[in-house]
Amino acid sequence: MTTWTDVRLERIISVVLRSGVIVSAATVLLGGLCILVRHGHEPAGYRVFRGEPAAYRSVQGVIRAVPTPNCRALIQLGLLFLIATPITRVAFSLVGFALERDRTYVCITLIVLAILLYSLIAEH
Amino acid sequence: MSILEFTPLVFVIAALAGFLGALTGLGGGVVVTPALTLLLGVDLRYAIGASLVSVIATSSGAAAAYVREGFSNIRIGMFLEIATTVGAIAGAYLATRVSTSALGVIFGLVLLLAAWQSRLPQPKDAADADPDPLAVRLKLNGSYPTPEGPRHYHVRGVKTGFGLMFGAGAVSGLLGVGSGALKVIAMDQAMHIPFKASTTTSNFMIGVTAAASAGVYLSRGYIDPTLAMPVMLGVLSGSLLGVRMLMVARPRVLRMIFGVVVALMAVQMIFSALTGRL
Repeated sequence: MTTWTDVRLERIISVVLRSGVIVSAATVLLGGLCILVRHGHEPAGYRVFRGEPAAYRSVQGVIRAVPTPNCRALIQLGLLFLIATPITRVAFSLVGFALERDRTYVCITLIVLAILLYSLIAEH
Repeated sequence: MSILEFTPLVFVIAALAGFLGALTGLGGGVVVTPALTLLLGVDLRYAIGASLVSVIATSSGAAAAYVREGFSNIRIGMFLEIATTVGAIAGAYLATRVSTSALGVIFGLVLLLAAWQSRLPQPKDAADADPDPLAVRLKLNGSYPTPEGPRHYHVRGVKTGFGLMFGAGAVSGLLGVGSGALKVIAMDQAMHIPFKASTTTSNFMIGVTAAASAGVYLSRGYIDPTLAMPVMLGVLSGSLLGVRMLMVARPRVLRMIFGVVVALMAVQMIFSALTGRL
């Protein structure tokens, strides 16, 4: 029974990781084409660090900016999908370990998930 | 330079970095950051932000295959991720506090270490010994498939490995790299996990480790969408191609040449940092 669930969990994790990368790469590509078409002739300057505007610095900011419409926010949304991919993987592992009734690993996974969510949501 | 000229240039450099990073096992992130800063004069913080994002993409893509084939040990990965994620957040905080020249010197030194390590032969798996009682309690002992059937292994030195993983996470968060080499050393030397399992489990952990510092980087404005777009797409496509090449042949000569290139980059990085040009 245990092996069955472990193998199944591995399958699910594999699908989650692959689809996360595909969805995020497609979104980033779409945003990239949008930038090249609409902002292609603007200067590219990364020599001096200024930090990103507030709209691109948080999950809420990006989500609010995407429909304005905003090419850069669309790329940032794709990158957020990417950051969310391993986090989703951890969340699926949590469900898997819970179904296996493996209390130790439910705790371990909860700790990792809490650290990841703290990093993404808190303002640093 | 306009965005229309800059983007394809970055894409090509990133694809090359991803390709060579996959072939040598160093990872694309370690190579793309010095390439962007030294060749294109990108500020180190923007380069690190873009590199970190590309690390999540390549490790998740590769891990998808390894996990399905049963090479990665998801329990070892999950348990050690407590240490790597806390380390990653600490490293990312540290990155926002030290100067770019200090960061450049540290990056150069890590790069030198990676170049040195890449020319060493694959370590021999340690003889299987009695497991750590903690490994039994945490169900870390595992197996991976071989042509002769599954090979079982025992895990030792759990506490030491856990401590080393904090360090590996901190380096990852500080420099925006996967620090796969450090993770493999910890699992190989301290925990006596066989090479096949330790490399694939390390890959599995890299995405979660990088995601932990990505939150700090994002909030500090290090992740620039216009730069990260060609870097992420370039490293991802380059490394996919590199992994495919690896299955066809073991490019030993290429590995050696690339080791020298990385060492030169490291020296250049340290020099630029010390003369305040970074």
